[in-house]
Amino acid sequence: MFKKIMLPVDLQHVDRLEKALRVGVDLARLYGCGLCLVGVTAETPTAVAHNPEEYADKLEHFASEMAESQGLPVESVAYAAHDPAVDLDKTLLAAAEETECDAIVMASHVPGLPEHFFASHGGKIASHAHVSVFVVR
Amino acid sequence: MSDDTIMTPDGDANPIETDYTVGQDNIQPQIGPFGMDIHNPVFLVSGLTIVAFVIFATAMPEQASTMFGWLRPAVTSTFDVVFLFAGDVFVVLALLLMISPLGKVRIGGTEATPDYSYTGWFAMLFAAGMGIGLMFFGVSEPISHYSASLAEGAGSPESWAPLAGAAGVEMEARRLAMAATIFHWGLHPWAIYAIVGLSLAIFAYNKGLPLSVRSMFYPIFGERVWGWVGHVIDTLAVFATLFGLATSLGIGAQQANAGLNFLFGIPENDISMIVLILCITGVALVSVVAGLDAGVKRLSEINMVLAALLLVFVIAVGPTMLIATGFFANLVAYAEYLPALANPFGRSDTNFSQGWTSFYWAWWISWSPFVGMFIARVSRGRSVREFIFCVLLIPSMVSVLWMTAFGGSAITMVNEGFTDIAEADMPLQLFTMLSDLPLASITSFIAIVLVIVFFVTSSDSGSLVIDTITAGGKVDAPVPQRVFWATFEGLVAIVLLLGGGLTALQAASVSTGLPFAIVLLLGCFALIKGLMSEPR
Repeated sequence: MFKKIMLPVDLQHVDRLEKALRVGVDLARLYGCGLCLVGVTAETPTAVAHNPEEYADKLEHFASEMAESQGLPVESVAYAAHDPAVDLDKTLLAAAEETECDAIVMASHVPGLPEHFFASHGGKIASHAHVSVFVVR
Repeated sequence: MSDDTIMTPDGDANPIETDYTVGQDNIQPQIGPFGMDIHNPVFLVSGLTIVAFVIFATAMPEQASTMFGWLRPAVTSTFDVVFLFAGDVFVVLALLLMISPLGKVRIGGTEATPDYSYTGWFAMLFAAGMGIGLMFFGVSEPISHYSASLAEGAGSPESWAPLAGAAGVEMEARRLAMAATIFHWGLHPWAIYAIVGLSLAIFAYNKGLPLSVRSMFYPIFGERVWGWVGHVIDTLAVFATLFGLATSLGIGAQQANAGLNFLFGIPENDISMIVLILCITGVALVSVVAGLDAGVKRLSEINMVLAALLLVFVIAVGPTMLIATGFFANLVAYAEYLPALANPFGRSDTNFSQGWTSFYWAWWISWSPFVGMFIARVSRGRSVREFIFCVLLIPSMVSVLWMTAFGGSAITMVNEGFTDIAEADMPLQLFTMLSDLPLASITSFIAIVLVIVFFVTSSDSGSLVIDTITAGGKVDAPVPQRVFWATFEGLVAIVLLLGGGLTALQAASVSTGLPFAIVLLLGCFALIKGLMSEPR
């Protein structure tokens, strides 16, 4: 059914991702496919890493730990954005194409009033991606 | 890898080891439905101080303008030596860094590649750095120096002429006026921006410290920079940026309103100005929400094209040959008078050196955290040499060309009998000059649009900078925060405009130039120290 499932991750808030990661892992097992972790960072120092290279390294580390604990092929791709608060959705959509993933599983919060003005990332991805999107709330 | 080692960025670099992580002092309050991510106490203290100042300036406009009306000349006159000396230090340091081996250091590591093309990069740094000032002082400042230099008694203590003036000698008065104007818009302001921008870029991209003004002082204060010393520096930076922007927005609205009145007869009143501020803020909001690439960069590029059009037009229909030869003549005049104009000690032309130069230097320095931080953010991948060449030398040359085209032509026109230019109100002098040239309605319209777009680009880049500083160096804080700052700027401008506290607050923001001038002199040592430890 799917060849590779993309899992956008925010390394700063891994705790909030637990549910989405589990869904991704379960789907990957069900369809016997691999996972691809995608992270977007700023070029300036962040809480997670001092520079994009360090971020990519940490993401890779996270992916290999996950591959070991889950017994699944897990790759990782890190992107650096000029203005991550705004460019995140655009970068993730481009990542889905580049990594040739045919499904996206991502976490999102429950929509509220702000979503009338600023679309949530999950919502934006679901309405623009060319592949299947599973938004986990 | 273990968590406590720092990886180097692209290629080699020499990061600073610190236990501080970006955003560790941040709080994430939920305000209404919006989640925030702000630095405590920088956000709260700067926000509250600004509100308190606005209330004071609006409730007691007379006391406020008396107090700040006294404070600004007191600061720029008493400490003129500090300002002039600091300005010279920045120019010399920037030029030395460019030609020294340290010029080989690359922002973001030895292998880093630039994020932006030359045009996009240059458009952004020019729009943030000067923009609006060139529109208003391009004609009025040369005319003002020219009249003062030519007048009888130039060089006496009461005169506002630069240096000794040139009473009655037209040719010499013109050279002096152009040299003095270029002095204020050439190497010195851009050197201030270049030093601040370079320091912030090196400490963020090479050293791995948060993109915030305090980071450039790490080599001096060490870990204490994350404590109250840093809070004070960052809060001052926010304060100077917001007041600088709000007062410019208010004064700019008055000037744009005057221009619209001159061109289209749109009434000059509070309603027109409020509508103008709302429109400018509205466009700036769209721009910050669209982000750095889709909003700020695109607007800056539009701006550069419009400015180039206007410049080419003035060169083409103005005295073309005179501008071409004037460019080189003015460069020579600038070089000739530069040592005397830049001399901080024992000046006899105190009206000029304190009233003009010292005031400008304070103004540029108070804007430097904002412009420097914005320039730093978009300059990753450039070498120090390339950075200084493009932030110091090229913009200075553009200033010379701009001042020659606008100011030089205006002086020629005044001498030919178009005295209405010199007699008009300062904000209207540009429009008066354009109206004496062919196709006045088109060019004046472009000029008005330029004025407005320049404000939008200042407002949106300023909001990004304030948001980053008040989020402890995070560039990915929630978008509603930058909407808050852009809106707040507009509101502060409107309140001050109606309450009559604009000039008081402009004085207040210029006054922040003094502490910054001293702090930035310290920052020069920090920058050299930081660069010395980088691989070349």
